[in-house]
Amino acid sequence: MSDLMKVSSNPHIRSKVTTSNIMLAVVIALLPAAGFGIYNFGLDALILILITVAACVLTEFVYEKAMHKKVTIGDFSAVVTGLLLALNLPSSAPWWIGVVGGIFAILVVKMLFGGLGQNFMNPALGARCFLLISYTSIMCNFDCDAYTGATPLASLKAGESVNILDMVLGKTGGTIGETSMIAIVIGACFLILLGVIDLKISGSYIISFIIFLILFGGHGFDPAFIAAHLAGGGLMLGAFFMATDYVTRPVTKKGQYLYGVILGLLTGIFRIFGPSAEGVSYAIILGNLLVPLIEKVTMPRAFGKGGERA
Amino acid sequence: MKQSNISERLFNGIVKENPTFVLMLGMCPTLAVTTSAINGLGMGLTTMVVLALSNMFIALLRKIIPDKVRIPAFIVIIASFVTVVELLLKAFIPFLYGALGLYIPLIVVNCIILGRAEAYASKNDVVSSLFDGVGMGLGFTLALTIIGAIRELLGAGEVFGLAVMPESYVPCSIFVLAPGAFFVLAALTAIQNKVKLAGEKKGRDMSKIQSGCNSDCMNCKETGCSRKFVDVSAKEELEVIEITDGDEFPEQAVEEKEEAPND
Repeated sequence: MSDLMKVSSNPHIRSKVTTSNIMLAVVIALLPAAGFGIYNFGLDALILILITVAACVLTEFVYEKAMHKKVTIGDFSAVVTGLLLALNLPSSAPWWIGVVGGIFAILVVKMLFGGLGQNFMNPALGARCFLLISYTSIMCNFDCDAYTGATPLASLKAGESVNILDMVLGKTGGTIGETSMIAIVIGACFLILLGVIDLKISGSYIISFIIFLILFGGHGFDPAFIAAHLAGGGLMLGAFFMATDYVTRPVTKKGQYLYGVILGLLTGIFRIFGPSAEGVSYAIILGNLLVPLIEKVTMPRAFGKGGERA
Repeated sequence: MKQSNISERLFNGIVKENPTFVLMLGMCPTLAVTTSAINGLGMGLTTMVVLALSNMFIALLRKIIPDKVRIPAFIVIIASFVTVVELLLKAFIPFLYGALGLYIPLIVVNCIILGRAEAYASKNDVVSSLFDGVGMGLGFTLALTIIGAIRELLGAGEVFGLAVMPESYVPCSIFVLAPGAFFVLAALTAIQNKVKLAGEKKGRDMSKIQSGCNSDCMNCKETGCSRKFVDVSAKEELEVIEITDGDEFPEQAVEEKEEAPND
């Protein structure tokens, strides 16, 4: 029997959108950031990206073979996880960091909870936080051939001035993929034009973060300070590529706005009041954990129910 | 007192109803103090001493303690032994006392101890209760030592303070922090269940190594269960025979050998 003879209930119009299409789009959208990272940090970055992606795909393949499950590496989700994780690593990290992170991301965060669609937190971010806690000195070592010293956000926190143009272009120290705001925004625009992501989460995330900065940043309405915070660290990468992860974001419209606002507030709290300069990854992970509650609160009522309260 | 009953109690505590991996009791010390193998071992042995003594005394006093005030009475007995052990540790093993800290007085509220007092010692004779306590304590010690050893190995590259990993190994410090305890406990419990499941698939009798209570009292061989309402005396003889032939399950065979001096 051919594929044309599918028996199913309506509606019968089929969309061409598949998991692998979407994931492939995300991979393409991440290429500018990855490309800039390789240009910026050299061959080390390329090798680390390749190793991390390979570790993720291989882990998924081996696990599914061993568990006699359908092998799903063809949907590119493991590639996206590996790429995102690699973009979150400093280029000075040794190769085994990518392997350990990739295995943790796929095996513990994704596969043990049931694979794609079942994971309660973003695998790449889960692995980043795992590595950050385990190997703090390696993960916070942003020294490389091109740059030494603190990241712009750390300097900003210490009260020093930073070069905002360099931060927007990405010519600063940091993890492989987070430095260039322009490269990330180009990729994000590509995804938005394709309709893969929209601005509900990213927009409310960034706007609420800006409002938090104005209120509590200690600088009042200072465009340079705000621009430095937006361009520095992993905010752009997190807002466009990680907070919008289909699996770990709320499904309801109101919930997505609420989720974005919560992420903005948490990031602001971590960055301004926390001991470390960066807080995007912890903010998004905490936000991921709140998603079931957010969905419960914002679930739309069925038409005709609860009339007196509406 | 039958010899076989003693070994049955020990086997029950170490494998069949291992308080950590099967009953999932006493999670607070399990997760909190197992940062190294020596801490796990110390905590396990301390708990075992308290558990064995309190079980024995509760069994001794079980006919005197009125039913209505049994919980306060148990707590008084347990707390007395915990105080004794705490003072002894402070006097003779101060480094362990320092490492375990607050968790020694907290043994009073360890639910394994109160659980065994309520479920077993308050209904059974002194010797059985003593060995029930020893068995449960050994099971707890074994579990805590294994968890502690794995966390120490991954998180510091050492076991019992001896470096085992090569120089180039970079310790994964998350394993000596709180999340590592959950990772290791979950992984070990999963392995335990997997082994059990594999045994069941091959047709081995896994009924002796069960996961908690499945509310099937008719087929349950647990003699110390407070919910038991069917007569088990008919099954007692059968159980003794089954316990002594230990070839059905490799782990069990090992445990049987270890217990040989008791028999």
